Amino acid sequence: MAFWIASSPHNHIQKETSALMRLVIFATIPGILAQWYFFGWGNIIHIGLATATALLCEFFVLSLRKKPIKAELLDGSAILTAILLAICLPAVAPWWISVLGAMFAIAVVKQLYGGLGHNPFNPAMAAYVMLLISFPVEMTTWLPPRELWPVEYTFMDTVWMIFTESTQLGYSAEQLRTHIDGYTMATPLDTLKTGLTTGLSVSEVTTSPVFGDYFASGWEWVNAGFLLGGIILLAKKAIHWAAPVSFLAMLWLCSLIGYMVSPDLNPSTLFYWFSGATMLGAFFILTDPVSGATSFKGRLVFGALAGLLVYLIRNFGGYPDAVAFAVLLCNMAAPLIDVYTRPRTFGHQTHGLGVAGNKQGAKK
Amino acid sequence: MQSIINRIENNQFWKFHGGIHPPEQKFLTNSKPIKPLHLPELLIIPVQQHIGVPGDILVNIGDTVLKGQSLTAPTSPMAVPVHAPTSGTIEKIALHVTAHPSGLSELCIFLKPDGQDKWRPRELCEDYKTLDRSDIIRKITDAGISGMGGAGFPTHIKVDSKPNIDFLIINAAECEPYITADDLLMREHSATILDGINILRHLLIPRLVLIGIEDNKPEAIEALKKATADINDIHICVVPTKYPMGGEKQLIKALTGKEIASGGLPIQQGIIMQNVATCYAIADAVINDKPLIERVVTVSGQGLEKPQNIWAALGTPVRDLVSLCHSTQPADKKAIIMGGPMMGFTLPIDTVPVVKTTNCVLVPSEKELNLHNTEVECIRCGQCAEVCPSNLLPQELQWSAKAKDHDKLKALNLFDCIDCGACAYVCPSHIPLVQYYRIAKAEIRQQELQDIKAEKAKARFEARKARLERERKAREEKQRKASEARRAAMNNSQEGTNAKSAVAAALARVKAKKAQDTGVSAETSTEATTEVKTETLSPVQAAIARAKAKKAAQAAQSTELNGDNKAPETGANAGADATPSDDKQSKVAAAVARAKAKKAAKAKQEAASQTPEENVPAEQTLAGQSSAEQEKAEEQMNTAPKEKPAADSKQAKVAAAVAKAKARKQAKAKAEQAESITEGSAPSQDEPEKTDVTSAEVTAKTDAAEAIETTEAPANDKKAKIAAAIAKAKAKKAKQSSNDLDESTDDSTIENPLKEGTVESKANSTTDSSAEDSDTASEVKPANDKKAKVAAAIAKAKAKKAVQASNAGSSEVDDTMEKADAKSVNSEADVAETEVNAEPLNGNDQSAPAVSSISQQKKARIAAAVAKAKAKKQQQAESN
Ligand code: SF4
Ligand code: SF4
Repeated sequence: MAFWIASSPHNHIQKETSALMRLVIFATIPGILAQWYFFGWGNIIHIGLATATALLCEFFVLSLRKKPIKAELLDGSAILTAILLAICLPAVAPWWISVLGAMFAIAVVKQLYGGLGHNPFNPAMAAYVMLLISFPVEMTTWLPPRELWPVEYTFMDTVWMIFTESTQLGYSAEQLRTHIDGYTMATPLDTLKTGLTTGLSVSEVTTSPVFGDYFASGWEWVNAGFLLGGIILLAKKAIHWAAPVSFLAMLWLCSLIGYMVSPDLNPSTLFYWFSGATMLGAFFILTDPVSGATSFKGRLVFGALAGLLVYLIRNFGGYPDAVAFAVLLCNMAAPLIDVYTRPRTFGHQTHGLGVAGNKQGAKK
Repeated sequence: MQSIINRIENNQFWKFHGGIHPPEQKFLTNSKPIKPLHLPELLIIPVQQHIGVPGDILVNIGDTVLKGQSLTAPTSPMAVPVHAPTSGTIEKIALHVTAHPSGLSELCIFLKPDGQDKWRPRELCEDYKTLDRSDIIRKITDAGISGMGGAGFPTHIKVDSKPNIDFLIINAAECEPYITADDLLMREHSATILDGINILRHLLIPRLVLIGIEDNKPEAIEALKKATADINDIHICVVPTKYPMGGEKQLIKALTGKEIASGGLPIQQGIIMQNVATCYAIADAVINDKPLIERVVTVSGQGLEKPQNIWAALGTPVRDLVSLCHSTQPADKKAIIMGGPMMGFTLPIDTVPVVKTTNCVLVPSEKELNLHNTEVECIRCGQCAEVCPSNLLPQELQWSAKAKDHDKLKALNLFDCIDCGACAYVCPSHIPLVQYYRIAKAEIRQQELQDIKAEKAKARFEARKARLERERKAREEKQRKASEARRAAMNNSQEGTNAKSAVAAALARVKAKKAQDTGVSAETSTEATTEVKTETLSPVQAAIARAKAKKAAQAAQSTELNGDNKAPETGANAGADATPSDDKQSKVAAAVARAKAKKAAKAKQEAASQTPEENVPAEQTLAGQSSAEQEKAEEQMNTAPKEKPAADSKQAKVAAAVAKAKARKQAKAKAEQAESITEGSAPSQDEPEKTDVTSAEVTAKTDAAEAIETTEAPANDKKAKIAAAIAKAKAKKAKQSSNDLDESTDDSTIENPLKEGTVESKANSTTDSSAEDSDTASEVKPANDKKAKVAAAIAKAKAKKAVQASNAGSSEVDDTMEKADAKSVNSEADVAETEVNAEPLNGNDQSAPAVSSISQQKKARIAAAVAKAKAKKQQQAESN
């Protein structure tokens, strides 16, 4: 008779890491749909490309590292990384952008650091920043929303565009971005930035059609989609609310202060919320547990820091959107934040390890 | 306090961090009455069923025992006996696997029931209130009652405590899933439980009795409420269901808001906690004289057809209980868990007996518990930290445990982990966190044991090394002196200072004898010489001496300039000493020396009276290897610094001990020297002086000495040079020894939390240096007319040296005396300064009230310079 021996506890919740990842992947769907609706098939094609590349890469590296391939390949983390990266890419970016990005994210940022759970940076954001720095032209060729397209742009056009860099009829991405009036349309954030540097006030800049009826034509709906996904995740307790909430609150607070100080140079607070990658960042990137802070307080600090950085970089930095940079900077700060926000252990007078603990460590 | 009671009365309770809500599964068993006692074929009664020590076995194989007869007798207050659950014969006494997470085999008594269930004579007690307190406690002890909820802490120890108990908390939370034993017991026997509580109240006189019970046991709550309806100071505290509510610290926090400090006990906060089942057992024991021989066990799990609660005799093999409930599990795939699913442990075989702490036997079905998950990497999701009731960071603990980083684990408070398993329960990566912690804890405990052993070995080794080194030095010193004496004899005639030297030699002899006779401390001998000198020397000689001393000081100054980077300042000051109040100076010096000597004498007395108490056997063993003389000294040293961390008064003791050790050393040294002087008296009447000359020559070899030579060349008179050289050499030596001191101190401080090593080496080197120093001193003193000066300088320098030594990071052993001198309380950081100021002050007090403050200061500075110079010499002497 063989008795089964194990260590307590002998009971366990049914949740699994892979299930968690799957849920997060499903939660991106509303945002992706909005993206598809306003910006065409581009991102969906990129998602396919990036996912395939990511899985191949993961398979390759895992077999090199002699890891259990099946379990880790299907834990969903690689797929999620690929999807998040592809969502961030411009819809007309060439195919090799997403392939390179996914390879970098999986092979370098994730696996070289030791695989799932060991990567200090968010793979998707690190890859995004790498691409942005290496291929600035491709990475800033954003398509305006569907209603502003000057020509017909079908699924096949998109495929052509991504693989040959021109549509079936030979239009280039540049031409797609050209407004009927003859100027190049950029993202609302871009437009705002350029406008402000040329001396226009916010109200003057926002007359541009890319801003649409509310804050940022098309983008606002994409953000709303990701917000919805985020709320689903929160409701399912798949993510913790601390980081997104403190991130959004901080961003709101900063923009409010900016707006009150000089309304001419600062767009409204909600513009910050509903443009760029704000919502994606808040609910899907900052909540990445691996590269974030772990404790509750730590997450509050982490989110707030990211919010502040996004505001600062959007307003004073060289790049129009800032989520990726802010996230990477926060990833770097996360271990430190963790050390300083250790909770007080039950029955102890002083807080965790904190500074004192470090000193102790140094002495040893 | 009142606010706490108010809150409790309003049923407003507190929250503890974390906690989980695993499926309770209590419905499996909580609707059926407890099945009456069932006696198996064979009872296997482990001799030890609680923490603490096992008792002595009272029975032999083949003996017939009666029900309730004790089978063991406790050998310590922490032990309780075990009893025969029924009448029968002892079949064997052998090792058997018992209820233990690691499946340990322990000594068990195998009892074959005879089926008659015949009681031993019992004396029932109608009214426990008529009994003596101690009688009740004796009854509880004799009944073998130990905590029936958790670790099995002997109950009589908990209930026999001092008064001032605020809260008696009855733990009825029963937070583990599946278990309903306490629930059923409360429903069926609330009256007996209340009796038990009343007995506890009678014993402990708590302000308030709180019964902590989770809100998932409405019937039990009802029953208890009914039973306690007319008692005002018993509160039924219904708390929300949350695992691990039944944890001792968690329940206390939830009921009273008090947090039991890490490593502390509830009793320190005026709280005592008892389990309901224990209360029942207490009532049974005190009123019915029935020892703890049976208990309610929940036999549950979906692997059973009829899960239920059973009255089980202690010693019943688990197999019997399981078969009573009809296991449906295939025989080849069986899992039996003793305890609940969260903190229970799996059993290696099914004949493990029920013991006093067994509250549940769980037979899960294959699917029931998620048993077969595979561990994946931690994704730092932080869910484990959210549920940890101790507010730990399980994920960080896990990384450190995997990395075997024990320091980090301790810093993360691994030992505050209560093994509740909440973290592992929620971990989406299915990491068996608790298992990692258990292993890490065991490793750390193991490591600590080894560390202690290694530490002891190291201390012993270092003591030996220090002793050997000391002996070697002593030998070398002897040889050196002999050879110097020979050389001095050769130079003798050229010097032509015979007359003076003769006197000096005579003096030296007298002094040596004196020192030998009295065996006084280093300081005392200094005093002696100083006094002798002051008395015998003519004023003229004194004046000359002073002048020389000054030169010496200057020489010292230049030495500093060359060698010591701290020196320039001091040197400059000494150089500026243009208006000497020389008479006073020497007087002051003498006074200081005397004062010190007195101190030392006093200290010695103290030491004499105190050391005996402080001689710890352990230290004696340590020192056991050394020779008789050293042994004593070391004993004192060991003892003394051990006291160091304590208050100031201890420091004084330490100082005393050191002084005594020194005195012994000194006596020995003197004896040796006296010998050598007597032996070589004919050819070397002025031997000491020659020695000085030689040492000056030796010194001259080094750079620093060369520098002196150059600086002094135009100035001087040979003796001044000699003096300077002496001073320098001495200083070097002192420095060297203080360096040694530093090193050893550093080393041992780092590696040795127990301070034993530190103590040993520190004390040794202190003694070394002082012994050497006094050797040198006595060498120099008899030499000639510059004695007064030199003596004064020595006295000061010694003090200084002590300060330097302590300044450099060792303990303030010597320094304490100095500080006492100066009547200054604070110390370490700027002892040097204190010292400089203290000396003149003393002079003022005792013999030279007229000395101007300026010259005092200057003198002090000179003293400092001399001291440093001496330190250098010491160093050099060492290297030579
Ligand atoms: S087992 Fe230890 S670390 Fe895990 S939740 Fe319980 S107390 Fe915290
Ligand atoms: S619950 Fe598990 S996966 Fe999450 S942080 Fe804790 S150990 Fe890591």
